Amino acid sequence: MTREVVITGVGVLAPGGAGTKEFWRLLTEGRTATRTVTFFDPAPFRSRVAAEIDFDAEASGLTAREVRRMDRAAQFALVAAREAVGDSGIELDELDPGRRGVTVGTAVGATTGLEEEYRVVSDDGRNHLVDHRYAVPHLYGHFVPSSFAAEVARDCGAEGPVGVISTGCTSGLDAVAHACELIGEGAADVMVAGAADAPLSPITFACFDAIRATTPRNDDPSRASRPFDATRDGFVLGEGAAMFVLEEREHARARRAEVYARVSGFATRSNAFHMTGLRPDGAEMAAAITAALRAARTDPRDLDYVSAHGSGTRQNDRHETAAFKTALGGHARRVPISSIKSMIGHSLGAIGALEIAASVLAIRDHVVPPTANLDNPDPECDLDYVPNVAREWRTDTVLTVGSGFGGFQSAMVLSGADAAAGGAR
Amino acid sequence: MTRSVVVTGIGVVAPTGLGTEEFWSAARAGRDGIGPVGLFDAAGYPARLAGEVTGFEAADHLPGRLLPQTDRMTRLALVAADWALADAAVRPGEPPALGMGVSTAASAGGFEFGQRQLRNLWSEGPGHVSAYQSFAWFYAVNTGQISIRNGMKGPSGVVVSDGAGGLDAIAQARRRLRGDARLMLSGGVDGTICPWGWVAHLAGGRISTRDDPETAYLPFDPRAAGHVPGEGGAMLVLEERRAALERGAPRVYGEIAGYAATFDPAPGRGREPALRRAIEIALSDAGAAPDEVGVVFADAAAVPELDRAEADAITAVFGPGAVPVTAPKTATGRLLAGAGSLDVAAALLCMRDGVIPPTAKVRPAADYRLDLVTGRARPARVRAALVLARGAGGFNSALVLRSGAAEDDQRQEAR
Amino acid sequence: MTDRTMTLDDLRRILLEEAGAGEGADLDGDILDTDFGDLGYDSIALLETASRLNRDYEVEIDTAVEARTPRQLLDVVNAA
Repeated sequence: MTREVVITGVGVLAPGGAGTKEFWRLLTEGRTATRTVTFFDPAPFRSRVAAEIDFDAEASGLTAREVRRMDRAAQFALVAAREAVGDSGIELDELDPGRRGVTVGTAVGATTGLEEEYRVVSDDGRNHLVDHRYAVPHLYGHFVPSSFAAEVARDCGAEGPVGVISTGCTSGLDAVAHACELIGEGAADVMVAGAADAPLSPITFACFDAIRATTPRNDDPSRASRPFDATRDGFVLGEGAAMFVLEEREHARARRAEVYARVSGFATRSNAFHMTGLRPDGAEMAAAITAALRAARTDPRDLDYVSAHGSGTRQNDRHETAAFKTALGGHARRVPISSIKSMIGHSLGAIGALEIAASVLAIRDHVVPPTANLDNPDPECDLDYVPNVAREWRTDTVLTVGSGFGGFQSAMVLSGADAAAGGAR
Repeated sequence: MTRSVVVTGIGVVAPTGLGTEEFWSAARAGRDGIGPVGLFDAAGYPARLAGEVTGFEAADHLPGRLLPQTDRMTRLALVAADWALADAAVRPGEPPALGMGVSTAASAGGFEFGQRQLRNLWSEGPGHVSAYQSFAWFYAVNTGQISIRNGMKGPSGVVVSDGAGGLDAIAQARRRLRGDARLMLSGGVDGTICPWGWVAHLAGGRISTRDDPETAYLPFDPRAAGHVPGEGGAMLVLEERRAALERGAPRVYGEIAGYAATFDPAPGRGREPALRRAIEIALSDAGAAPDEVGVVFADAAAVPELDRAEADAITAVFGPGAVPVTAPKTATGRLLAGAGSLDVAAALLCMRDGVIPPTAKVRPAADYRLDLVTGRARPARVRAALVLARGAGGFNSALVLRSGAAEDDQRQEAR
Repeated sequence: MTDRTMTLDDLRRILLEEAGAGEGADLDGDILDTDFGDLGYDSIALLETASRLNRDYEVEIDTAVEARTPRQLLDVVNAA
């Protein structure tokens, strides 16, 4: 007897506005939050656009001590977790602390905080033997990003399984899947889970410049993220977080919680091919999708929407299109597919969780967010990518996918409350 | 009926030995692997000892193409993975590629690689940052590189929970094997011995500043004053028991019988630390009574209040002095995510050979009420072992192993 | 280091330093017209090499990434 998992709370911090409501408004209006980098002088870099958050830590409820101690990404995780817990209406104090846990996904951890501290202790790279006397006490928390999960766990008093999942750009999806597995096997009844990344730091721009993964479309920043468009030339870095309250289904029912969706299946595979490269046929992503559908006992034809990885690199979008055709068959041409990275950029490990948030909101409102900046169809990406304008669309069952450096390919199926009740269709 | 997951291969890279048998003979003899830091000049820092893997020439084991794109800890992990697969006699393509996955634990990723690139960026400019920085430092690198090198396309994963990670990765692998995976490579191999990593360890405030390897890392000892960081770890081949027998795996070291992870309450709330509960849930998961457990491999923080918490948890479950406890990591240092899986390897070998390796150098304080195995190795017939690992911030993990011998007996009975 | 001509030996040395020994053909052999892929170098290895050439030879060779063989790469660098 497997225990089913439902999503009862959503918290989001994304470029373009704070909170879940602003996030969803941006996406459904098809606006973009990409702009010229303001966090540092981007002049020396090849790619100079980003999806930045105008984050006000104090207005977001963080204390000065929390801000001092935590990396920006950890702050994001905490703020989003608090929103999710509030949204779920759950009274944490009434629950056994040992039956609740936390999973936070992150691809690059405290990369921003580490770079800042490195500059101090190395005197801007002058000293190889960096000076410990200038190190801040919280440096260890930046060093090992399990501190992110520890911060969230302490905040919500979790004493069950707590940890970080870090599988590159599939971290967000894999973190939510991991939390579902823990509930499914009985290790917890409630998990606060999701992902956060805040990678907008010079070292990140430098390394993605070096492999030409990010776009050089610096003269047109608001239209720089162009998934599936024939003129796409790389992704736009972003930042953000999405956290969820996940509950065992009966647990949610007993407290009469409002349910966004059921997490009905997930799977992950590796391409075992290249740390950054993708084979054009998308075979392993297709295998992950097929396995997730099987776990969800869902026929491809029952999918109403697909939230794509859609990073906007030449190779990803081709790879993914092939994977959809392989895994979904003829339905690949009928189901609406879109990439919200066109609007909020690619926030590495966080984006998978943000895409889950968009998916459950699509189920709630029966609206599919568009792929912005899709002006020039690419013959190699010849599916219905919902160009530029959101679509009102009966959406009960959603597939969301991710692809990450290291070869990770992950997929998750989410079902609306109707579908979850078993018989809406 | 949940599926039984067994260990069929071990690969070790440790400060006390390259390869399983070298490590194990050193552990049995209590031979020390701690010495002055040799990977960089640590003379100017308050802490100057480490457990370093010596005599490791990556080029002897790995193709040259991998060297510019890997941190030292990834090279160690790739070699440990190779050795584990060889030990399990896994032939390429034997289990189908999509049925084989990798689950590793990371802590700080390839931190030395990262330091070099940060230096290039800030002292020379963005054009001097390596293209390999895009993945060589990040937490998922070991899983990715191992899966590519060995053509493993199944469900993979990466966990980060500081020192608890090595056990959490193995638990994730077991979960995968109860799903649709046929074979998993799992464990932690870690290493952060570079100036930038050292400064982070110092900031953490738990490392020893003593200069004498004999007294620097002494858990459960009245002289305890922090630990010595080390590098290395172990990779294990895990399989569902029946599948391992079907493919003719040469040996079964033991079964991953039980596991649990808990998180400590915030300090000052007056609640008991959560390690005891992790032990109890892991035993219950294994269907094991406390008196079945023949040895406990302790986390052994060597910070007095943490040693106290661990000793209290062990005595609460087993009774004072009721179970042999050991911490062979006093000879290797604490290996971050590598610690848990290296202790699992040691516990499996302990059960195989009927001998408990000693906690080198330690003279235990009586008031911990532990039967700490010190001095020399202790012969003991061990059918089940408990391995504990904790991570900074409040992470507790407990893993219960059953011996391969017990399994052989069952197999005999079944015939 | 401007006004320097890059030789095949220079390229061999830089490839080894930046991208390691390939798993394909022996670098010491006649490789001028061998595809980099056949020499065991992927796109990241070539980007890493190109970045080094940009620094050492003060050239701007995004195009070098498209060079398929050592001869093509030498031509691009020495023409710059």
